[in-house]
Amino acid sequence: MKTRALLVFIAPSVVMMLVFIALPLTTVFWQSFHVSQPVFETVRVENCTTSFLSQVCTTEEKTRPVLGPDGKMQMRSSFVGLSSYANVLEMGKAFAALADRNWRALMAINFWKALRFTLTFTFLTLPIVLLLGVTLALAVDSAARSLRGSIIFVSLLPFIITPVIGALSIKWLFIGDGILTSLLETWLQRDVAVFAQSWSIELIMMFYRVWHVAPFAFLIFYASLQTVNRDTLESAIIDGASRWERVRYVVLPHLAPVLVFVTLIHLMDSYRVFEEIVGFSSQAHVISLQWLTYDFLKPDDSGNRSISRASASAMLTMIGVVVLLAPLLRRTWADFRGSRP
Amino acid sequence: MKTTRPLLSALTVLLLASAPAVASCAFENKVPVKVSAAAFPAWKAVTSAMAECGNVQSELSQEFQEKQAAGFAAKPSLYHIGGVANSSLVPLVNQGLVRPLDDLVARFGQKLRPNQLIRVDGKVVAIAMMANAQHLMYRKDIFDTLGIAVPGTYGELLAAADKIQKANTVKYPFGGTWKTTWLEFVNMYMGYGGEFFTDRVQPAVNNAKGVAALEMLKKLTAYMDPEYLVSDATYVQQQFQQGRIAMANYWASRAAALDDPKESQVVGKIAMAAAPAPDKGLPPASTLWWDGIVIAKNISDAEAEAAFKVALEGMDADMVKANASAAIWLIEGYAADKLAAGAQATAANGAKPYPASTQMGLMQKAIANKLNDFLKGGKDARTTLADIEADYRVLAKEAGLL
Repeated sequence: MKTRALLVFIAPSVVMMLVFIALPLTTVFWQSFHVSQPVFETVRVENCTTSFLSQVCTTEEKTRPVLGPDGKMQMRSSFVGLSSYANVLEMGKAFAALADRNWRALMAINFWKALRFTLTFTFLTLPIVLLLGVTLALAVDSAARSLRGSIIFVSLLPFIITPVIGALSIKWLFIGDGILTSLLETWLQRDVAVFAQSWSIELIMMFYRVWHVAPFAFLIFYASLQTVNRDTLESAIIDGASRWERVRYVVLPHLAPVLVFVTLIHLMDSYRVFEEIVGFSSQAHVISLQWLTYDFLKPDDSGNRSISRASASAMLTMIGVVVLLAPLLRRTWADFRGSRP
Repeated sequence: MKTTRPLLSALTVLLLASAPAVASCAFENKVPVKVSAAAFPAWKAVTSAMAECGNVQSELSQEFQEKQAAGFAAKPSLYHIGGVANSSLVPLVNQGLVRPLDDLVARFGQKLRPNQLIRVDGKVVAIAMMANAQHLMYRKDIFDTLGIAVPGTYGELLAAADKIQKANTVKYPFGGTWKTTWLEFVNMYMGYGGEFFTDRVQPAVNNAKGVAALEMLKKLTAYMDPEYLVSDATYVQQQFQQGRIAMANYWASRAAALDDPKESQVVGKIAMAAAPAPDKGLPPASTLWWDGIVIAKNISDAEAEAAFKVALEGMDADMVKANASAAIWLIEGYAADKLAAGAQATAANGAKPYPASTQMGLMQKAIANKLNDFLKGGKDARTTLADIEADYRVLAKEAGLL
């Protein structure tokens, strides 16, 4: 009976998971091994376009898709194995660049360029977010009760702002002769161009991400701080533990599971960094893995999309997230197994 | 049109205009007509003129391309009239979603000029309303003070830029919409007389002309704002308006904004000239674009007739008279003003229409993917061109062209 009740309760969630996660995922998986393309024919046609003053007509051989009897483009789909993955990874070029120890050549390949930025972004922002979150939480926890409400409200503001809007406003502070760039210029007495090279854009992106997600970490840590065992803290004070020792030996161990949780969420989120690329329109300088998928998927001026490569790239991103999270998940699992009676 | 995208491209302008018919339309439209087009001033002018006939609803968005084909493919089509440019016409024609207009033109289009009729495979598929091109716009006051003649070639332009830089009158001598570097390359390469393909679909940019075009672009960057790779049409417009650049190869459709006293600090100081040629005896390094309308295939003949008549009302001489500086109109009744001079000279000097096609769309993406590393100094010209060709091959194979 108990199992039946459980099943009834989880059934809606399982159905949703199947329909909205498992099914699309299978389709993407399938698409990454197949290519669907229109059938083309070559015909001699007369086309006319306009210049300003006259009509320009040309008769020439044109390649165009064949329309079927239903008036739609005739498509054919074929199994291509791993070739879409190979086209995303460009391993041949990557190995050649590695053999030459030519970092620039490796960074000229979109996937590796995106991976480099994505990993840098993820691992540089993680410690800062954790540290800032814990510090803020401790600070608010020891602040006067009357001030807490307003401090929490103010520190949550960046988290409320829509990511793209936040990124755009920060971009406008810095792009061209933006307010902050002008300030920097008068201060440093030299020309500053933040959007002229990638490192400065990356710096702003990371600053922006930390600014945006630190409140979330703070909120979680602050909530967890409310359940620290006060008795232990008091006895620590009686034992003569300094403030730092109390944090180190009582508070941090208590926060450990939440630290793991925030780390997990942050790794997942920042590995899929995307809004920053769009918001700062940095694609000429810096791209991320998620943006790469989007770029494959976006139709060009003539309506072509690289759906297979987009699928392959999406699968690779997912594999990346799993690899990134594996050590943490394994630890959590081990803890769980260990704690079972 | 993609290249006139404003900074906040996600911004969608919805003009709901189902108010009863007002004056200035020759007939009262009874059939509901829906328009999808890009959101720039010329389209706003045309769609509000259409709305005067009544029962017209316009959806103007900078992301129109992403929904137009899907909307036209529905049965019945979600839109009756589509606003397109020469490049965005390609996917609609490829998928067979636009209606041949020959009989409608014969019945109602007596006032259309021959060069407004865009034909594919001999059939009229679109009616062009305006032309656009990037051409030279420059600060006449600065050129006069420094005694610089209007540059006809990029060699002269570089010399002029050098002089302006030494005189230190503006922050950067040269500007450009280099966020879309692919178009800068296409323009320059076509100026050198380059061909993009052999045998219709095989890439052919890795040659001396390609190298020359790349080297020229590289030379220009020395005189530009170092943030040139993020500079879009709106960015250049502001640079001009705030007097931070002295010249640019810039969209004709934006010329009016530079002379707008509400926004610009340089009103009356900007002059127009033909796009410079890469060298003496070569055509201008620019391509000609047009914007116009198509009528959906998946609608009834009666609807198509109403839509066509409404579209013609939107693109008539009255509209042109009221919005003379919004674009370089191809419509009868348009008297070219001084803002149009540069674009006309560019066409007269032999610039070619942008060679929009399926393979060109792929080529454009390949160039966009690979060009920036060259400009940033990470690759030499030959490697860059070889990479562009390799990237094109991957794209074309995936698209089924190779």
